Amino acid sequence: MTDVLTEAQQLAYANAQAADGRVNVEVETEDGMTLNIGPQHPATHGTLRVVARLDGEQVVSADVICGYMHRGYEKLCEVRSYPQVTTLVNRIDWLGSFANEVPFILAAEQLMEIEVPDRAKWIRTILFEMSRLANISLFIGDLALQVGAQTPAFLAFRDREFVLNQIEAVTGGRFHPNFDRIGGLKDDLPKGWIADTKAAMVRIREFCDLMDDLVLGNEIFQMRMRGVGIIPPDVALSYGLSGANLRGSGVDWDLRRDSNIGLAYDQVDFKVWTHPDGDSYARSWVRVQEIRESTKIIDQLLDTMPSGPVMAKVPRIIKVPEGEAYVATENPLGEMGYYLVSKGDTGPFRVKIRSASFNNISIVPWLLKGVYVPDIIAILGSLYFILGDIDR
Amino acid sequence: MISSVLAIDWSNYWQQSIFRVLGAAIFVILGAGTFVIAFLFKMMSYMQSRLGPMEAGPHGTLQLLAEVGKWLQKEDLVPARADRTLFKLAPYIIMASTFLVVVVMPFGPDAYFVSVDTGIYLALALSSLSVLGIIIAGWASASKYSLLGGLRAAGQLIAYELPMVLAVVGVVIQAGTLNLQGIVAAQHQGEIFGWGGIGNPFILTQLVGFVVFLIATQAELAQPPFDMPVAESELVTGYMTEYSGMRFLLFFIAEFASAAVFAALAATLFLGGWAIPFVDLDDNVMNVVGPIVLFVKMMLVGALIFWVRFTFPRFREDQLQAFAWKALIPLALVNILATMVLKVAF
Repeated sequence: MTDVLTEAQQLAYANAQAADGRVNVEVETEDGMTLNIGPQHPATHGTLRVVARLDGEQVVSADVICGYMHRGYEKLCEVRSYPQVTTLVNRIDWLGSFANEVPFILAAEQLMEIEVPDRAKWIRTILFEMSRLANISLFIGDLALQVGAQTPAFLAFRDREFVLNQIEAVTGGRFHPNFDRIGGLKDDLPKGWIADTKAAMVRIREFCDLMDDLVLGNEIFQMRMRGVGIIPPDVALSYGLSGANLRGSGVDWDLRRDSNIGLAYDQVDFKVWTHPDGDSYARSWVRVQEIRESTKIIDQLLDTMPSGPVMAKVPRIIKVPEGEAYVATENPLGEMGYYLVSKGDTGPFRVKIRSASFNNISIVPWLLKGVYVPDIIAILGSLYFILGDIDR
Repeated sequence: MISSVLAIDWSNYWQQSIFRVLGAAIFVILGAGTFVIAFLFKMMSYMQSRLGPMEAGPHGTLQLLAEVGKWLQKEDLVPARADRTLFKLAPYIIMASTFLVVVVMPFGPDAYFVSVDTGIYLALALSSLSVLGIIIAGWASASKYSLLGGLRAAGQLIAYELPMVLAVVGVVIQAGTLNLQGIVAAQHQGEIFGWGGIGNPFILTQLVGFVVFLIATQAELAQPPFDMPVAESELVTGYMTEYSGMRFLLFFIAEFASAAVFAALAATLFLGGWAIPFVDLDDNVMNVVGPIVLFVKMMLVGALIFWVRFTFPRFREDQLQAFAWKALIPLALVNILATMVLKVAF
């Protein structure tokens, strides 16, 4: 008996051991072929794994396996003090990171019963919308890349830079601002920022027009996206979709308008866009309209910016009184909520994060039945998830 | 001097063969290199508001050499379950088909490797050999992504070989010959409805054929919007997924060399080839100027091909088939019919 295993023995061992990877090794099954899309795949924005059972190029059934990037933020929050938590939650949806901080801070403020100064509210809302711009402007370029067009992605990166520069000018961080504080904001706006931001908003609107021509208006793009991955409104609701995925199915639901907590959305006039089709094209279209609307919201808020302090009076050592609060906001990807349980300590007792992407991808197995392999990519692209938002 | 070179007795079999191999190699390497640097590195970068490679050589022109050096150093991996022989063979089949097409290409009145009477027929037949290599690569890789890519390539070939041939038939009817040299001559001496000022580059009378030919070329080269066999965001470069190092380099060169070859074919068929108006076809100087003229025309066609490549998203496989059978083939057939009627009428 030698210690050296033959290749066949090694394979047999791997087959027997890899319980989770069992779907990897079967090349042929009774009902067709199993194709593993991911965890390392260019279309999954990170490490999502879609196991698709194929008949030819048609998907018989598909399953989503997530958790490859789980970082345990909910648990980590419990061993940190309240001001430290923003650093963590910044990294949930890394493209629109400021938006992740806001619901947590709002929940803490709700428990502490702190009234935030108006100026802080305004700036918060502006930065919130800017993270939406940074996030979704990349979405449209990325979606084009998923369906094979290379150029729009680079144009998206180029124009997103204008937004990132403005975020950086205020917060000092491009991706992870870590700027929100319980009771207000860390700093006031820098000099000349308002004029610069207005110029940036013009650039973003130009970018939207460009994308309308280059991506949404493209015949091939429409052929690929229209009628693909249709989500009826009732199914969308039953799977708990939120954000543009829900509005793309024609459900008029937007937390900014419907349950605005602590942000300045009640002061601005904006339209919630919906699309009746519910297909991939509808979702992309709604998102592009949304960033147009965002630039208008930012413009209005810049015009009505109140003066005053950006920080309310808060004790130096923050202790949140005992209680529970759930605050959800309309983040770039959909509803993001923090369920915060406090026992009167310097850190939270329990934090439950309801992130949008996790619920949004729950519909994927239902949605992928019967589509072709190229449609998997189009559908995943149009559902638009960020891996960090799925695996917290 | 040219005439003295050409005065050598080329009838010797080995001399001829070496000349052809060298010539084809020079064309393939020059063509592929220029296309990569001019279009993939520079044109694409400028379209996407970036500079592209800038460090290696003046304005990054030597970047390709650096890349080739990098690829040559990489490990030549063969997957454990792969069919080793076929896996190693596939890139060479693709390269061979590209080389063979060059052989029938005319570059000047006397500057050609072989003058075959069925030139264009041979070129189209040889160029479609490359799909054989792609299918072999897809099958031998023992990867599902590669297999899907290879099968998609096979489907694409069937759909697109036909419109390409049909588009060329219009040109052949108008020129009255299959010989590429003869097609160039026909364009130089041709007349458009009795006016022969600049000859008749067939792009003017065969515009439909030109468009169909370019679309079919795009599909034949597996470039966006028809890059389903490669489909980087779906199949992770399809049949090339498992290739690394030198073998990947062969695929890469073949991809751009065949783009250059097809651009040269399109230039020969529709833009007048190596000839230019007002210069006599038999003029000896055309043996030097001709290749340059062809090269310029090739670059024009190449710019068009790559412009589309970098802009458009990708079709789905069934949409591609529908497009080929419902739009391109009827269009090409109508074009042939119209050409025939007009040829008889005038």
